[in-house]
Amino acid sequence: MKHIDVGMMQYRQLNEQIRESKAKQFILSSVTGQRYIGCAQKDKTITINGTPGNGLGSYLDGATLIVNGNAQDATGDTMNEGAIIVHGSCGDGTGYAMRGGKLYIRDSAGYRCGIHMKAFEERQPLLIIGDRAGSFLGEYQAGGTIIVLGMNQEGKAPVGYFCGTGMHGGTIYLRCDTLPQGLPPQVAVHDADEDDKALLFELLDEYCALFKLDKAQLLASHFYVLSANSTTPYRMMYTHV
Amino acid sequence: MGINYLYPDFEVVRNQDRCISCRVCERQCANEVHSFDEATGRMKADESKCVNCHRCVSLCPTRALKIVKTDHTFKENANWKGEVIQDIYRQAESGGVLLASMGTPKDYPVYWDKMLVNASQVTNPSIDPLREPMETRTYLGQKESVIKRDANGKIITKTAPQLKLEIPIMFSAMSYGSISYNAHKSLALAAQELGIYYNTGEGGLHEDFYQYGKNTIVQVASGRFGVHPGYLNAGAAIEIKMGQGAKPGIGGHLPGSKIGEDISKTRMIPLHSDAISPAPHHDIYSIEDLRQLVFALKEATAYTKPIIVKVAAVHNISAIASGIARSGADIIAIDGFRGGTGAAPARTRDNVGIPIELALASVDERLRQEGIRGNVSLVVGGSIRSSSDVLKAIALGADAVYVATSALIALGCHLCRTCHSGKCNWGIATQNPELVKRLNPEVGSERLVNLITAWNHELKEMMGGMGINSIEALRGNRLMLRGIGLHETELNILGIKHAGA
Repeated sequence: MKHIDVGMMQYRQLNEQIRESKAKQFILSSVTGQRYIGCAQKDKTITINGTPGNGLGSYLDGATLIVNGNAQDATGDTMNEGAIIVHGSCGDGTGYAMRGGKLYIRDSAGYRCGIHMKAFEERQPLLIIGDRAGSFLGEYQAGGTIIVLGMNQEGKAPVGYFCGTGMHGGTIYLRCDTLPQGLPPQVAVHDADEDDKALLFELLDEYCALFKLDKAQLLASHFYVLSANSTTPYRMMYTHV
Repeated sequence: MGINYLYPDFEVVRNQDRCISCRVCERQCANEVHSFDEATGRMKADESKCVNCHRCVSLCPTRALKIVKTDHTFKENANWKGEVIQDIYRQAESGGVLLASMGTPKDYPVYWDKMLVNASQVTNPSIDPLREPMETRTYLGQKESVIKRDANGKIITKTAPQLKLEIPIMFSAMSYGSISYNAHKSLALAAQELGIYYNTGEGGLHEDFYQYGKNTIVQVASGRFGVHPGYLNAGAAIEIKMGQGAKPGIGGHLPGSKIGEDISKTRMIPLHSDAISPAPHHDIYSIEDLRQLVFALKEATAYTKPIIVKVAAVHNISAIASGIARSGADIIAIDGFRGGTGAAPARTRDNVGIPIELALASVDERLRQEGIRGNVSLVVGGSIRSSSDVLKAIALGADAVYVATSALIALGCHLCRTCHSGKCNWGIATQNPELVKRLNPEVGSERLVNLITAWNHELKEMMGGMGINSIEALRGNRLMLRGIGLHETELNILGIKHAGA
């Protein structure tokens, strides 16, 4: 266990210490916006007290990051494996192009979360947002799962505009009674049925345990399931010269 | 036939006296132009399918075949040319965006051909490269502008990470998907032997090619295909693709039909699902955002690899380059509008962007004026066709060049410009295993090595001719260039005098 009192330390120095240390467990205190914490790390567990900067856990490759506070933009950018747990909210571009691992946000997240999310074989990324996500959630989504629980939304759609634009794979689950406005034509919607709920029951397991939520009560609510109409949305767009 | 009938562009001319009906042409043509007519015992051709790739012509054992342009014509019209009319027919029929491949075939000025190179006469000696040492090795990366010393007064020699090139030429980005496994392998083998680099493009790195990592540049584009820490650390440098000369402002889109098992594995996306990488990185809307990605990549590779930012040459490229030079990037790659592509909307390819010669001259000048030229190295591409193009690019201010079309031509490409069909008869721009195996990577790499080695000899000859014995002394040496047939504005942008002046 290594404890680092971060304070005003430059991010490069902090990340070098973490990268080069043999310790597997880290506790960082007084974190004040240092960027790229946990970047590309494989087998470490880093607890972050304070506010990490942009690019938290980018290219994460198996490590676990726990944030006691809010995270900023580009959290989990292109993460490959591992877990990021945020006891608070997250900024824009959360989980950009994530391909594996778990990204659990207790409260809300900004614009363009889960954009370009992908999946490949055993790598099935999971992004869960407790309250609300901004516009462009799951834009160009090609795989993986996004769940938005709308904890404080009282049944209103817990996302902004243009949800799922350009989606061509993966699934978005929204816990709400009304559909988001202006869903694009690439997105197919259905009400969650028993099979979907059974799947959600498993997907939400860890999240509910972490944030002490009553899973059965959550699942009693209505969910919409958003998926792609086609895995090849642009097939008919071209004529060859 | 109807109003949309498009008369075939080419005629397949078969000399029946020479044809022995061996059916090689039939077996070689993936477009199924040739067939054997049982009734007459002769070969016949459906020229409507011909793309003029010369595969049949090249392999016909009796030289019985040639492909000629049809003389069928619309009524002569300088404005409404036949191709214009045909494009309208195509779009009226399909409602589709016109899709094309390789660099623009339009008749835009090629400034390389309007610049002449200097040589020494009488007052300064030229150098014979066969007898005297001639340095074409160069390093790409951030250069210190001041000498720093440690507490003991010793010079600090630790520099920012550099790419070492034995020859100032690299193979530019072509993804596995747009070109074949064997084409990639040819490039990798050649880069290794030449002491230069090839570039994965945005389609990830096939597991078989990690062994060539020391000579590989790995690319990161908006779709982030196949990007993970192992990939980032596999190469010698990382290139962030912001744009491509053939299609500035347009993203990449590899259709699901081309995402077979191997490509899916390399890109780490599902089988037969479209691979979409839109033009913008949606996390980059400013130079500050670019800086964030540059340093995320540096963190992921512990500051051991130079980061390249590749942009298309567009109107205000010098201001953009100035921003990139301040973003922490080590190398800027600029791709001119004549650059190639595996597929691009034809209107974008033929109309968007600016020539690389003008972009390069203006960027180099701007960075010098601002005193930040040493922050970055400059690599330029977008139709570098010969060693003299390389020489002129370096004299205009480039540190090195990127070539792709020239490399593909060395591998057998005949510039038929139908890469997007996926039926490349030369085994380059295809994923069809039967076609891919026509390109032997050992032979391919040898041809690439031959080409670049020959260019390097020519480069040395011309450098020697002007009395210059290193790339360093040639770089940005615009006095070695003169314009021919250029007007004053063009000369001013290029920063050169007219021939005779």
